[in-house]
Amino acid sequence: MTDLLYGEAEEDLRASVRSLLAARSAPAAVSAEREEAGHPYDPDLWRALAGGAGAAGLLVPEEYGGQGAGPREAAVVLEELGRTVTPAPFLTSSVVATTVLLALDPDHPPVGGLLEDLAAGGRTAVLALPLSTPPGATAAPPQGRATAVADAVAADVLLVPRADGLYAVDAAEARVEPCTPLDLTRPLAAVSAPDGTGTRIAAPGPAADAVGGGLLAGAALLASEQLGLAEWCLEAAVAHTRERHQFNRPVGSFQALKHRMARLWLELVSARAAARAAADALATGAGDAPLAAAVAQAYCSPAAVRAAEECVQLHGGIGMTWEHPAHRYLKRAKADEIAFGTPGRHRQEVARLAGLDAP
Amino acid sequence: MTGPEDLRRRVADLLAAHPPAETGRTDFLRARFDAGLAWVHYPEGLGGLGAPRTLQAAVDAALAEAGAPDNDPRRIGIGLGMAAPTLLAYASDTLRQRFLRPLWTGEEVWCQLFSEPGAGSDLAALATRAVRDGDTWVVDGQKVWTSSAHAARWAILLARTDPDVPKHRGITYFVCDMTDPGVDVRPLRQITGEAEFNEVFLTGVRIPDAHRLGAVGDGWRVAQTTLMNERVSIGGHRVPREGGMIGRLAATWRARPELRTHDLHQRLLALWVEAEAARLAGERLRQKLAAGQPGPEGSAAKLAFARLNQEISGLEVELLGEEGLLYDDWTLRRPELVDFTGRQAGYRYLRAKGNSIEGGTSEVLLNIVAERVLGLPAEPRSDKDTPWKDLAR
Repeated sequence: MTDLLYGEAEEDLRASVRSLLAARSAPAAVSAEREEAGHPYDPDLWRALAGGAGAAGLLVPEEYGGQGAGPREAAVVLEELGRTVTPAPFLTSSVVATTVLLALDPDHPPVGGLLEDLAAGGRTAVLALPLSTPPGATAAPPQGRATAVADAVAADVLLVPRADGLYAVDAAEARVEPCTPLDLTRPLAAVSAPDGTGTRIAAPGPAADAVGGGLLAGAALLASEQLGLAEWCLEAAVAHTRERHQFNRPVGSFQALKHRMARLWLELVSARAAARAAADALATGAGDAPLAAAVAQAYCSPAAVRAAEECVQLHGGIGMTWEHPAHRYLKRAKADEIAFGTPGRHRQEVARLAGLDAP
Repeated sequence: MTGPEDLRRRVADLLAAHPPAETGRTDFLRARFDAGLAWVHYPEGLGGLGAPRTLQAAVDAALAEAGAPDNDPRRIGIGLGMAAPTLLAYASDTLRQRFLRPLWTGEEVWCQLFSEPGAGSDLAALATRAVRDGDTWVVDGQKVWTSSAHAARWAILLARTDPDVPKHRGITYFVCDMTDPGVDVRPLRQITGEAEFNEVFLTGVRIPDAHRLGAVGDGWRVAQTTLMNERVSIGGHRVPREGGMIGRLAATWRARPELRTHDLHQRLLALWVEAEAARLAGERLRQKLAAGQPGPEGSAAKLAFARLNQEISGLEVELLGEEGLLYDDWTLRRPELVDFTGRQAGYRYLRAKGNSIEGGTSEVLLNIVAERVLGLPAEPRSDKDTPWKDLAR
């Protein structure tokens, strides 16, 4: 039976990640400035999170230097990263790229060695596909050029799908051109890794399975990031409307506003259940993991966008400023809606998996 | 304290002394009550053994497996879920001895005389008057939305005993005899055509002071016990994927490809996803309760259930097209049990309209979530400190 709660170890992990993020996060204005300059990452924070707290190795077995935990624990880390919209290559490297590698033969030297480096947080790798790629779409990009590849600007290794298999390409051998992203907290780049570069780590069949599994993990666990993000947005809106006075009373005492926040809370209750179900299905290798992931994405994506949009509106004028952090959440939520497939795309997947055929 | 092993032995003893195949239903239920296996968390002598509530499920399962009759809990939900906990908490020992056994066996059905035409969401504004006459109270007023009133032997009743103090402080809680000649029960026909509920007119109804629960003027506090238990009794069992209303819609969708359009497909999928997320949220709430972590998610479940039932049944009527123009039967019926997912789509659509009204309107529940869960400030109120008799109505 699906375990939808948080275990004690998971709560401990949450507490340590949360305190680490609280201690190291820069003020919102400083973060926004760094993000605008295209250098949003904080290397010290990543070292502490990836190596110190062991987050980068959660999915990796202990024999390869990881924590031997799993998707449930990674989901908890993502909730915390979502709450802070921290720029960090956790989802792209520690979840997606790592899941791809775990599906391959770890005794094949580049795979095992890379896994160990990723687990320690010493190097990062990203799958060279657009962030918008949904699970199930595994076609190699034409001419080895992929646009909108998340976290590629800081990656050491690119996992490049080609017609003849999957390649690990050193970032120095590839062309990585930063783009201007809607969501400045997750940098995007166009990546070109011409044929002839890198080392082949999987033949076409296993490569397609591994990449599909990586994208499925990305979609399933992105729901937890969206959950954390939505949770922050609601808390911020509640805190603001409790304090903000107009018409001689806190604006949060007006029923029109209260009901909107209560509805966000209702959505959070369902979003949490859907996100936990997806993480648990992934962790137990349940046969319905693709359906659980599709449900979680179809539900949590719009829930996070709505929470972020409501957060801006409920803040009034200040919510529209660059100075206030609400815009960072809105941009992340809107980008996350497209990441690993749009809600509509996931509803189509639900139709296929649940036998609800189109006309 | 009584543990699982002891309960297994008591169940075996009960079955040996009263083999279900050879024992009448009521006799068996009485024997089960007397053995303390009715509700094991109740005190000894009152159908329980003072055992942890969590052990009840195993007792129910063992008895069901042995072919024992149950007390048909859905038929006597108000007695079990609302009257019993209130009697346990506030009634004298004499009353508890008198009432709880036939309540539990279903020999005496209970109903709840709370809501009034002028006191719905604002229940504390109720106007039914109880005036003291020596050792009895004389009650006059009108109650509404009373399920089972036509079958009930007893009622829990809220009445105003002091109009000169603010509304929450002038209410007293009674047990009312439904066979009193001053009690007039009339069916209240709903938009579905049936009459699940009643209007109850109270004219000079006499209630002995011994049937008062809690102190005079303390009825609002006593009612909190009742209403808290109502919320607990809603939801709480595991629902499979596509259980409930969405399952009916999905089945129609699969069986009737000729009805499909692209627009309906998009809306079906959106509702299917929402229903599945709400089901998982209900399952998560169940797991939290089982792990001893009660939370406020019950209100979320009720709100989500109401809206989804309405939207899903509405879409099903639309999907059915020409058939959606038809209704199965407008005959005034008096159903003993209500199945929200029963009958046909038109009925489900109309009945679901009540889901966002009964047991607390969705608007009031949203206020409760906003104030008690999120900690948002209350609306300014002028009614709390005003004597009841001076309130606008």
